[in-house]
Amino acid sequence: MIYLEKRPQPAKALSYFTPVLAVLITMVAGGLLFAVLGKNPVEAIRTIFWDPVFGEFAFYYRPQLLVKGGPLILIALGLSLGFKAGIWNIGAEGQYIMGAVAGAGVALALYPLEAWWIFPLMIIAGALGGWAWAMIPALLKVKFGTNEILVSLMLVYVAENFLKAMAIGAMKNPEGFGFPGSRNLQQYPSAHNTEVIAGSGMHWGVAAAFIAAIMGYILLNRHMLGFQIRLTGEAPRAARFSGVNPGRLVLFCMGTAGALAGLAGMFEVAGPAGQITTGFNVGYGFTAIIVAFLGRLHPFGIVLAGLLMALTYIGGEAAQSTMQLPAAAIQVFQGMLLFFLLAVDVLTNYRIRITLGEAA
Amino acid sequence: MLLKKRTFLAGAATVAALTALSTGAALAQDKTKVGFVYVGPINDGGWTQHHHESALKMVEAIGEDKVELVYQENVPEGPDSERAMTQMALQGADIIFSTSFGYMDPTLNVAGKFPDVKFEHATGYKTADNMSAYSARFYEGRAVQGTIAGHMTKSNIIGYIASVPIPEVVRGINSAYLHAKKVNPDVEFKIIWLYTWMDPAKEADAAKTLIDQGADVILQHTDSTAPLAAAKEAGGVIGFGQAGDMAEYGPSPRVSSIIDNWEPYYTSRVEAVMDGTWESHSVWEGIDTGMVGIGEISDVVPEDVKAEALAIKDAIAAGEYHPFTGPINKQDGTPWLAEGEVADDGTLAGMMFYVEGIEGSVPQ
Repeated sequence: MIYLEKRPQPAKALSYFTPVLAVLITMVAGGLLFAVLGKNPVEAIRTIFWDPVFGEFAFYYRPQLLVKGGPLILIALGLSLGFKAGIWNIGAEGQYIMGAVAGAGVALALYPLEAWWIFPLMIIAGALGGWAWAMIPALLKVKFGTNEILVSLMLVYVAENFLKAMAIGAMKNPEGFGFPGSRNLQQYPSAHNTEVIAGSGMHWGVAAAFIAAIMGYILLNRHMLGFQIRLTGEAPRAARFSGVNPGRLVLFCMGTAGALAGLAGMFEVAGPAGQITTGFNVGYGFTAIIVAFLGRLHPFGIVLAGLLMALTYIGGEAAQSTMQLPAAAIQVFQGMLLFFLLAVDVLTNYRIRITLGEAA
Repeated sequence: MLLKKRTFLAGAATVAALTALSTGAALAQDKTKVGFVYVGPINDGGWTQHHHESALKMVEAIGEDKVELVYQENVPEGPDSERAMTQMALQGADIIFSTSFGYMDPTLNVAGKFPDVKFEHATGYKTADNMSAYSARFYEGRAVQGTIAGHMTKSNIIGYIASVPIPEVVRGINSAYLHAKKVNPDVEFKIIWLYTWMDPAKEADAAKTLIDQGADVILQHTDSTAPLAAAKEAGGVIGFGQAGDMAEYGPSPRVSSIIDNWEPYYTSRVEAVMDGTWESHSVWEGIDTGMVGIGEISDVVPEDVKAEALAIKDAIAAGEYHPFTGPINKQDGTPWLAEGEVADDGTLAGMMFYVEGIEGSVPQ
C-alpha cells in the first residue's frame, strides 16, 4: 500500500527540486501526447526544449527567449510579493494594458517631437498607469473589504475594452487609412524601446526585469517590509500582533505589482509590439501567474521560470511550424506543466510511505 | 562527453546559421516551401478556415510533389507573428502568406530582414519590394446581397451585424444599403457593432436584438453561424452565409452567401515564385477573379429576384457595373459621387462614412 503522510514541516530541499521534477514529468506525459498524435515524441521534445537554445537557429531564438520572457518575469515578480502575503492580484493583464496605453499615450501625444526625456517620461507614465489600475481593487479592498481577486480580474475586461476604444479611436494612426491601430513607435526614435546591446534581445524591459529581480531579492531578505510580507503570508495572526498594518501591505503589494505590470506593457508597446492595437495583449498577465508559482515566488526562481515558460512558447511555435503539431496540443503541454507542478507539490507537504501487507 | 557533444553542436550551429543567412531561401530545395500564418484555429468555421482550405487546394492544384505547406495557427498579432514568420523564413520558406490585418507591420519588419523571401499580406496597405498586399472586394458581394435583402424584407427593416469599424466593414454596409434601397425605397438599416470578428454568443445576442426590433433579414460581417441559428429559431427571418457558404442553414434561413475564395490567388502567386516571375503588387480582387464568391441562391428567393441578383453579379464580374456608381450623397447630404461617376479605389480604401439614408454614425 502507498500512503501519504503529512510532513510536520514542508521539505525545503524538495520545494526546489519539485519544479525540475514537474518539467521532467511534463516532458514524458507531453511526449506520450505527441506520440498519440502520430508525431515522433523525442523529436517534438527536442524541438521544444533543445533546438531553441542549442539548435541550428539558436542565434535567433536565444534573444527571442529574453524578449518573450522579459515581460513574464517583470509581471511575475510584482505578483509574487502579493502572493507571498496572501494578496491575490489576478488582474495583471489589465494593469499591463493600462501601462501600455499610458506609456504609448505620452509618446503619441508628443509625436513627432524628438527629445531625450520622452522615453523616461513614458517609463514613468507606464508604471503610473499600471499602478493606478491596481489601486482600484486595492483601495476597494482596504476601504470596503471587497475581494481583490474578483475586482482585479473584472478590471481586465474593462481595460481590454478601453484598449480597443483607444486603438480605433483616440490613438488611431491618422495616416492609417481608417484602419485600427496607433502609429508604430518603432519608427519614432525618441519613443522606441531599443535593445541595450544590439542583437541580444535585451531591450530596456528585459534589463528592468533583471534589476527588479535583484531589488525583489533585497526587499524580501534584507528589508523590514519584505519580512512583513513573508510573515503575513506564513502567519497572519503573528503578523498582526507584531504590528503589521494589513491595509498598508495590500496597497504596497498591489501597487508594486500594478506598476511592474504597467512597465512591462509600456516596454512591450514601445519595443517588440510597437503599436497599440485591438489585440495588443496576448495573456502575459495571466501566464505570469504560472511563472510566479513555477518560480516558487522567489525572485531568482521567477527569472528561471520566466525563461522556461518563454522556451515552451518559442519551442512550441517551432514544433507547430516544423512538425505541424496543432496549437491546441502545445497549449495542453503548457497546461500540463502547471498541473504537474501542483501535483508534485504534494511531495513537499506529504511524504510517501510504502508498506507491505495489510494496512493498519 | 556531454561537453564535447555540446561544443560540436554549437560549432555546427554557427556554420549552419551562416549558411542559412547567406543563401537564404535560395537554399537548394526540390519543393517550393510555402508558409501560412493564421490568426485563428484552422477549424474556426470562418476566416482562418477558409484561408487554410484555400491553401490546401493550392497545394492540390500545383501538386504535392512540388509544394510543401507549413503553417502556424492561433498566432497573436504583434511580436509573436514576427517570430512565426522569421522562423518560417529561417527554415527555408520561399513565400509566406500572413493572413490577418494585424500582421502588417510585423510582416514588413520580417520582409526587411529576408530580401530573398516573398511575403504576401492580406487586407493591409503597406508593401515592399518583396511584400505584396492582397485583399478582396467584398463590397461587390454585398451589392448582390443588398438586392436580395431589399426584395425579401416584408417589415422593411434589415438588421446588420457589423464587426470592427474599419473601412472594409463600412463599405459593406454602404454597398448593401444602396442596393437594398434601390429595389425597395422604404428599407431601413439597423446596425449593431460588435468590435469582434467572431464571437458566437455576442453574434446570437445581436441577431436576437435585431429581430426583436422588427428585422426580418439579417446581414452579418462576423464569421460564425450563430446569427443564422438565431434566425432559424425566430422563424420567418432570413440571413446569409459569411466567409463560408454555411449551406447547412439552407434553403432557409440561409438564402445565399458571400464566400472567401483565396485559392486562385494563392495558386497564381506560388506559381509565380516557382517561375521566378513574382513581383510585389497591391491587389484588390472581386467577383471577376473568383476571390469573392456568391453562394447559390436558394429557392426561397423568388425567380425574378434571383435573376435580378444574378444579373448584378454578372455585370460586376464583366466590369460593366460598379456598386458605387453615382449619384450618391454622404450621410450628411453632401454630394459624394455625381450622376454616373464611379468611386475611386483610394476613397473606397479609406471609406469611414455612411451614405445618405443610413442612420447612426460610424464608431470613431
